[in-house]
Formats: sequence, structure tokens, C-alpha cells
Amino acid sequence: MFSKLKQLKESLSKTRDNLLGKIGRLISGRKIDDALIDEIEEVLLKADVGVKATQKIIDLLHRQASESGLADEDSVLRLLKNEIAGILTRKPSSKSETNNSRPLVWLITGVNGTGKTTTVGKLAHYLKAQGKEVMIAACDTFRAAAVDQLAIWAERSGVHFMRAQSGADPASVAFDAATSAKNKNIDYLLVDTAGRLHTKANLMEELRKIRRVTEKVIPPEQIKATLVIDGTTGQNALSQVRIFTETVGCDSLVITKLDGTARGGIIIAIAEELSVPVDFIGIGEKIDDLQPFDPREFVEALFEN
Amino acid sequence: MFGELIDRFDDIFKTLRGAGKLSEKNIRDSLKEVRRALLEADVNYKVVKEFIKRVEEESVGEKVLKSIEPGQQIVKIVHNELVQVLGEKAVPLAPIDKTPTIYMLCGLQGSGKTTLAGKLALQAKRKNKKPLLVAADIYRPAAITQLKILGDSVGVEVFHRENAQPPDICYEAKKYAEKNFVDLVILDTAGRLHIDEELMVELEEIKSRVVPDELLLVADAMTGQDAVNLAEQFHKRLALTGVALTKLDGDARGGAAISIRAVTGCPIKLASVGEKLSDLEPFHPDRMASRILGMGDIVSLVEKAQQAVDMQAAAKLEEKLKKNAFTLEDFYDQMQQIKKMGPLESIMGMIPGVGKALKGIQIDEKGLTRVEAMIQSMTPEERRNPQIIDGSRKVRIAKGSGNSVQNINLLLKQFAAMQKMIKDMSKFKFKGLPKGAFPFQM
Ligand SMILES: Nc1nc2c(ncn2[C@@H]2O[C@H](COP(=O)(O)OP(=O)(O)OP(=O)(O)O)[C@@H](O)[C@H]2O)c(=O)[nH]1
Ligand SMILES: Nc1nc2c(ncn2[C@@H]2O[C@H](COP(=O)(O)OP(=O)(O)OP(=O)(O)O)[C@@H](O)[C@H]2O)c(=O)[nH]1
Ligand SMILES: [Mg+2]
Ligand SMILES: [Mg+2]
Repeated sequence: MFSKLKQLKESLSKTRDNLLGKIGRLISGRKIDDALIDEIEEVLLKADVGVKATQKIIDLLHRQASESGLADEDSVLRLLKNEIAGILTRKPSSKSETNNSRPLVWLITGVNGTGKTTTVGKLAHYLKAQGKEVMIAACDTFRAAAVDQLAIWAERSGVHFMRAQSGADPASVAFDAATSAKNKNIDYLLVDTAGRLHTKANLMEELRKIRRVTEKVIPPEQIKATLVIDGTTGQNALSQVRIFTETVGCDSLVITKLDGTARGGIIIAIAEELSVPVDFIGIGEKIDDLQPFDPREFVEALFEN
Repeated sequence: MFGELIDRFDDIFKTLRGAGKLSEKNIRDSLKEVRRALLEADVNYKVVKEFIKRVEEESVGEKVLKSIEPGQQIVKIVHNELVQVLGEKAVPLAPIDKTPTIYMLCGLQGSGKTTLAGKLALQAKRKNKKPLLVAADIYRPAAITQLKILGDSVGVEVFHRENAQPPDICYEAKKYAEKNFVDLVILDTAGRLHIDEELMVELEEIKSRVVPDELLLVADAMTGQDAVNLAEQFHKRLALTGVALTKLDGDARGGAAISIRAVTGCPIKLASVGEKLSDLEPFHPDRMASRILGMGDIVSLVEKAQQAVDMQAAAKLEEKLKKNAFTLEDFYDQMQQIKKMGPLESIMGMIPGVGKALKGIQIDEKGLTRVEAMIQSMTPEERRNPQIIDGSRKVRIAKGSGNSVQNINLLLKQFAAMQKMIKDMSKFKFKGLPKGAFPFQM
């Protein structure tokens, strides 16, 4: 068995110059000056950290450099790590985990193709391995074969599955699933929803309805809405988090596809601007390619050479 | 589409337009803003850097300083450069002129390949061609079922094989197509990472076995900085012939378009603008550049407007706008005109400056119907003169239209904002626009 950190590092560094690991190599043996700070800025921007969060980190570097002097590379690295970890840990970790009432409902939302259905499959497996009773509900009745896709994941993880007819009202599927989960003493009900762009008011309304209807069966504090974001997404992710938060709520995030070359810096941009914690990251298409997100570990992995 | 980027340029160039003369510092400052806007729009860092350098070289110097309207000149330079990067003109797909012509789709996971395959099949059918969809994704759960459902919905056959490898499936499909007089074969391959060696080799194999006429990279318009890496890799391994940009119906600023174009040099040929199979458009680089610059997608808008708008009514409206006498009644008429033009979201995005003015105001078709009902419940006097709508009138209108008073308030507020916007917009002149051509004439 890999240690968690090792597996994370491996998946995050399939390419040599992954994420901020580059910064380590960049500064090794160099004088800390404006030119170097400019290069660090470039690495951050190229990692999708975004203009605003990058500016903040860079300003800090400049300030430290002129005030106390950043004598050596170690102090720069330490400063960067602390600053980024600070941004990432500022937010309280997500709710529900502490709630002992059952079932807990996990509403999985997001724009098209981010990896919602796959994440539901992986999550079911993850929770089941912890001895939980899990049910998944197919509330994407729109996309072609979405229900079949989820059914395969339910089979893979061997959990309860609330099937739906294509074209059925997703809210009524959610209602049935919630009722059934309650009766069957299910610990976790994972609700897969159709991908939708946050700019489509009518589709967002449909999502609100799914939540409303679920709340008729399950108390709101047992319902958690999790937004799945594609790790290759750029700054539009901020708009996604903002609008999903406003409409259906967004208690936590899952960032997928971090096994590619996208640097995942969007996590930092989101943490810097909006207070939503990251629960998990997706690092592949297989059932166990899901990792709980640990900010410290993430930063360590990012800076690994 | 490029909405927010438009807004940024709007801001920048508003100040530039205001300034009579430009100093070098002026230019540099505004280019700093351009840089920031482009970065926030997810244009790749390197691409931005080169872009800014080119624009700076062209704008700093006598040429600009001596010109009468320096602001406009910079707008023009930035615009020209953007058009250059995006490609000069719309490039069509390879013609369907063989038996069979082959289109191959590839890209990262979830970018929209399978959906696009369905769209291309529909498009071919509409041209009276016989398409064949090929399920070359043997990995994703229910990928074949997904393609079958899409094929069924447009009445197009789907070729699939159990227990076969994708290169063999594609090769067999080609043979099958030759025998069965298929005009267009569309290969739907599995999503994959550009660093997945095994699967990239698979694509190379498919390519060499079937020799496609069109090899399209299907890329998500929301992609961030990584767009350059993935595009570079796919292009290096496969020598792409074009790019399809998907999910352009959202509010992504779409800087990936510029990045991908810059690193591959491949034309962006298609714009996917929705989940429905009819949501497919050719990609127009010049229009896109105009939109980025906040000049609005004027060409598209004018075209659409000309199809739908009663020219006389438009002329009358223009008269009213000039006099600032735009009423709720006119607003209602305009809504009817606009409804003829297509989905509101896309229309509004095309109008210069409107993206920003309407920010936060939800545009959905259902809402439109509600607004109609509210205006219908008003007296002519109220429509002409909304200031007279007091509390009790609001209650009456709310009842009559089946709305809450809150909604009436919202409408009145939005309308007031709109009046103001129209007033502001009429201050800007856009050259070369046929007068009276569309509702929001400025
Ligand atoms: N490389 C990689 N691929 C992933 C990951 N998560 C999901 N995918 C792939 O991304 C594609 C889309 O995943 P889905 O789970 O269908 O995405 P979705 O959000 O449910 O899509 P819609 O329901 O259509 O909006 C599939 O090919 C998945 O295998 C990940 O962490 N890494
Ligand atoms: N809003 C919007 N959604 C789109 C568009 N194109 C595709 N989609 C949606 O994006 C999601 C993924 O589309 P697919 O066609 O399954 O993507 P794919 O590239 O085949 O995915 P994999 O085969 O898993 O790699 C689905 O929910 C589609 O409905 C588009 O232009 N706009
Ligand atoms: Mg799904
Ligand atoms: Mg597919």
C-alpha cells in the first residue's frame, strides 16, 4: 500500500514540472530579487491560481523581501508554503461529518462533464469501505445513458441504487430515494444530478426543487450540497462556485481530473475568494482514484521536486 | 460568451476614449489592464505576454500619438491582433465528398465529444448525407449506450463491436461504410489525458488505420491555463486539422480559444453552444474578437435582427430612443421582436455593453413570459408613464398577472436601469452600422 501522501504525489507529478514543484527548482541557488519574484508570479498564474490570489502572494513576497529580507531559498519556500496553506485552511472543514443523524444526503452538483457521476461512484465505494450503508440516486434523467452509467458504478461498488426512468422528474426521484433511504436505515444517500451550466436559470431552479423536495423527508442540516469542479477549469470555476452557492448552496467542493497536467491552482483561487472547503480530489477514472483533501499534504505535494 | 472580458475592455477603453491624447504611460497602463483582463479570461500566460508585446510595439510611438482619436486606434490595434490570433476567417469542416468522408473526434474527458458526434450526425443528415456514428470508446461506463441513444434520436446508425480494440473497431467501421454507401463516418473516441501514453498511442493507431479527413480536438471553453499543454500534445501526436470549442453557452470568458489557436495554429471550426443536438454553430473568429473588445458581436446581431425585425418599427424606435422616450409599451414591443430572434441569452451577449448592464438580472425565457403578463396587466397610461404606479396599482397589476408585488418592483427597477443603459449607450457611436437595423440602436 502506498502512503496517502505518496500516492498523491505520484498522481500529481505524472509530468515532471507539476504545479508549484517548479518553484522549488526555480529558486534553488538563486538570489532572491525582483526577477525571481516575477518568475514565481508566472508559475502561479500558469497554475490557474488567478490574478487576484497571485497578486496577494506576490505582494507578500515583495514586502518580506524589502522588510526583513528573504535571504535564502528556504525562507522563500517556507513563506510560500505557509501562505498557501494559510489560504487553504482558513475555511472551516465541511459540515455533516459531525452530524450523527441518518441518513446524510449528499447532493452532487456541477456544470457539464466535470465528473459528478464518476465521483458519486467513487464516493460510494469510499464510504462503503468504511462500513457505511450507501444508496445512490440517479437524478440525471436528461443526459443520454446517464442512468445506465450510474447503474454500472452502483454495481461496481455494490451499493443500493435508486433507478430512474429517462425523462422522469428528477425531484420526484430524489423524493423517492430520500424516503427509501430513511426507511432502509441508509447512512449516506448520494444524489447524482445532471450537469448544468450555472448561467441557466431554469436548470438551476430544477436543482433547487430537488433540494426542496428532499427537505420534505430529510432535515436540512442532514443535507449537504457538493459542487464538483473540473480541475482543468480556469477562472470560470469562481463563477460556478459563486452561483451554485447562491442558488442551491454549496457546502463543499470536489476537484476532479488532477491526474492531468492542470496544476489545480484554482483550488487556491477559490479558497482565496470564497469560503468553500474542498472535501475530495479526483485523480483518475478508477474507483479508488479519490482522495480526501488535506491542505497541508496538498501543499507539500505541490512543492515536491 | 466572452462577456466578462468584454466588460473589462469596455472599462479600459471608456477611459481611453475619454482621454484626448495618449501618452506612452497611458498606453502602458491600459495595456496592463488588457493583460489582466486576458489573464482573468484564462488566456495562457505566455500567449498574453507575446500578445501584449506586439500590441505595445504597434501602439507606442508617433503613429498613435499623432492620430486624432488615439483611444479608438488602440482599440483597433488590439482588435486586429486578436483577430490575427484567432484566425482571419471562419474555416469550414472538410467537405463530405467521399464514400466515406471520415471525421475523428478526440479530447480530454468530458469535453463534449460524444455530444458533438451526435450534433455532426444531425447536421449531415440535414444535408441529406448518410452518416454513421462509431462507438470507439470502450472504457467509459455506458459510453456505447450513450452514443446509441443519441444515434436513435436523430435516426443515425451506430457502429459498435463487443470485445474489440478501438483501432480495429474504427477500421472495420470504415470498411462497413464503404460497402454501405455511408457519406460521413464520425468516430467518437474515449476521453483521455494528453499524458496518457497508452491511450495517445491508441489515437495514433486509429489515425493511421483510417486516415480521417478531419481530426478535431474537442475542447471545453472553460479550460484554464492547461489549454496550451493539452492542445500542444494532441497536435504534436496527431496533427489536428481543427478544433471544436464546447460549452460556449455559459459565461466562460473563453480565453482558451486564444491559447489553443496560438499553440496549434489550427483553425477553430465549430462552436458548441448547448446540450441539444441542434446547438452547433460555425466559429467566427472576427466576430469573436469584436465581442472580446466590447464592440459586441455586431455582425451576428445585425444578421439575426434583419431576419426578425420590422425595419419600420425599428426606425420608429430609434426616434424614441433619441428623445429618451422609451416606455414600457416599447419595451413590450421590443420583447416580441427579440423573441423572434432566438434565445435571449445569446442575443443579449451580442449587444455592446449590454452584458454588463444586465449583470445580475436573470434572463430566462420563463421570466420573459412573466414580464409580458405584468406589462399586459398595466393600463396604457401606466405603460407610458411608470412613475404613476403606486402601491395600490402595484397590488392590482400583481393580482392581474399572477405575480408578487416584489416582482412588479423588480420589473420597474430593471426597466429604469434599462432606460438609463439605453441613454448611456446612445452616447457611443459605432461606425458602419445600418441605421435602424436592430432594437437597441445606438
Ligand atoms: N482523468 C480523470 N478523468 C475523470 C475523473 N473524474 C471523472 N473523469 C472522467 O470524466 C468524464 C466525465 O465524467 P462523468 O462522471 O460522466 O461527468 P459528469 O459530471 O457526471 O457529466 P454530466 O453528467 O454529463 O454532466 C468521464 O470520462 C470520466 O471517466 C478524474 O478524476 N480524472
Ligand atoms: N452546456 C453545454 N453542455 C454541453 C455541450 N457539449 C456537451 N455538453 C455536455 O457536457 C457533458 C459531457 O458531454 P459528452 O459528450 O458526454 O463528453 P465526452 O467528451 O464524450 O465525455 P467522455 O467520453 O467521458 O470523455 C454532457 O453533460 C453534455 O450534455 C455544450 O456545448 N454546452
Ligand atoms: Mg453525470
Ligand atoms: Mg464520450
